[in-house]
Amino acid sequence: MTLSAQEVALDGRLAGVTATLDTGAITAICGPNGAGKSTLLSVLAGLLMPDSGTVELDGMALASLHPRARAKRMGYLPQEPVIAWDVAVRRLVALGRLPHRDRGDVQIDAAMKALDLTEFAGHPVSRLSGGERARVLLARVLSGEPDWILADEPLAALDLGHRLGLLRHLRREADKGRGVVLVLHDLSLAMNHADRVLVLDEGRLAADGPAADALAAKVIERVWSVSTRWIGDPGARALVSG
Amino acid sequence: MNRAGWIFLGLLFVALPLSLLAGRVWIDPATTPNAAVILAELRLPRALLAVTVGAGLGAAGAAMQGYLRNPLADPGLFGIAPGAALGAVASFWFGPILGIWAASVWLLPAFALVGAAGAMGLLALIAGRTGGIALFTLAGMMIASLAGALTSLAISFAPNAFAMSEIVTWLMGALTDRSWREVCLAAPLTLAGIACFWIVRRDLDALILGDAAARSLGMRPEILQAWLIAGVGFTVGSGVAVAGILGFVGLIVPHLVRPLTDRKPSSLIVPSALAGALLVLVADSIVRILPTVTELRLGIALSLVGAPFFLWLLLRMRRGSAGQLA
Repeated sequence: MTLSAQEVALDGRLAGVTATLDTGAITAICGPNGAGKSTLLSVLAGLLMPDSGTVELDGMALASLHPRARAKRMGYLPQEPVIAWDVAVRRLVALGRLPHRDRGDVQIDAAMKALDLTEFAGHPVSRLSGGERARVLLARVLSGEPDWILADEPLAALDLGHRLGLLRHLRREADKGRGVVLVLHDLSLAMNHADRVLVLDEGRLAADGPAADALAAKVIERVWSVSTRWIGDPGARALVSG
Repeated sequence: MNRAGWIFLGLLFVALPLSLLAGRVWIDPATTPNAAVILAELRLPRALLAVTVGAGLGAAGAAMQGYLRNPLADPGLFGIAPGAALGAVASFWFGPILGIWAASVWLLPAFALVGAAGAMGLLALIAGRTGGIALFTLAGMMIASLAGALTSLAISFAPNAFAMSEIVTWLMGALTDRSWREVCLAAPLTLAGIACFWIVRRDLDALILGDAAARSLGMRPEILQAWLIAGVGFTVGSGVAVAGILGFVGLIVPHLVRPLTDRKPSSLIVPSALAGALLVLVADSIVRILPTVTELRLGIALSLVGAPFFLWLLLRMRRGSAGQLA
């Protein structure tokens, strides 16, 4: 299954981005502030309509899908973890079934189990820690069984342990055949955990490929104007200045 | 129906017969002369009107708090109640001009409904295209403010002191001297309004996760907003048309209901309708029983209870976040 953007442009924030993404992999979208990362993710999720260009899901224009049909296939996790009312954890996870209009007990239980949330089922979300809430919100996406998981900075508010835990869950979903697309600020996380990296700069694609190539020191210098180098072994690399 | 719904339905079944008997003069069906006529022609329509108006206000409050994700939201804030009130006040002015219609009992409700429809139309025109919540709220407040100013203008230019007193008294809201006519007018519109809220219940649930996540779950903002405007228009508009302005019901009721539910907006709509019906029915029975020289206006009584409740709510909000409120 593929999700592709063809010459997508939007209001000066994106200026002709073309990329075809595949399921079964983690794709990271990186770039400096204001590069258009979140905008590209919203366009790929079908939440923003591009001024020009198209987004296609398995060769079909995303815009032509009914919002509910699209929602069944695209799971979107926004940057701000909004939870307006203090509902119980299981009720919140169950919101992922809204596009399906069924109870979806099996899927909800599976999503809660996958993210180790079963014991919290009846807890109000206000009683959870930030890391637990992040897992609940991801479980909400998983309960809808989407083909694609698109998450905007899902790791930003988490400590190291929760970051690695959430990335492990996302890797498992990619291994199951889902497409995982993440906006990431932390280049080390992208380097160590993404199969493919899209680097955006001022709304244009500055690099696209395996993490080691797309985040090479010379790309970082060109896009971020910072001189850096990678140290460590593949899978456990760290970015240092100079 | 959920647990809260059954609880309030049960209470309503208890309160309804009691309210029929309650009043300055308590009715004993066995001994009171003409009890059947009094019950059928005076008490029953008044009680059913209280149930109808309360149900509409309660459901509208639950829907609007869910939509705006704000426990302080009240359907009265969005211009439709003031629009209906403006329409009603206009009927005092235009009645004499319209001649034959002047004596019609339908004149005031008809004008109020036109006022509500005008406010709904204006709200849809300004906010409907984008479906944005901020624009919707601001447009509603603007319409409320404009309608309020025009109502004050109409009152200040009242042709005589009697007309002015009539207008001001009517605006206070009451169910005195209402008949089956008002029930027949308000009940179908209120039911239609509650149905509008029920149709979009899943979209209101999706909004728990915020606007972007809700859209990703298939919620279409402009369609949700259109149903809500229609729902508030039907419930609040018809309520004002038959009973004047009854404040705070839409604000208070969802807070009474929420702790008894799973707190999802969809779980609140029907129980809030039933709880709103119960609140207005009980309040109206109490104002009938109170030993005041003239009957205390229902709108004033509800505001006297509602204002301290609002203050209590604000104090609770200061202690915790909005999302953790009842």
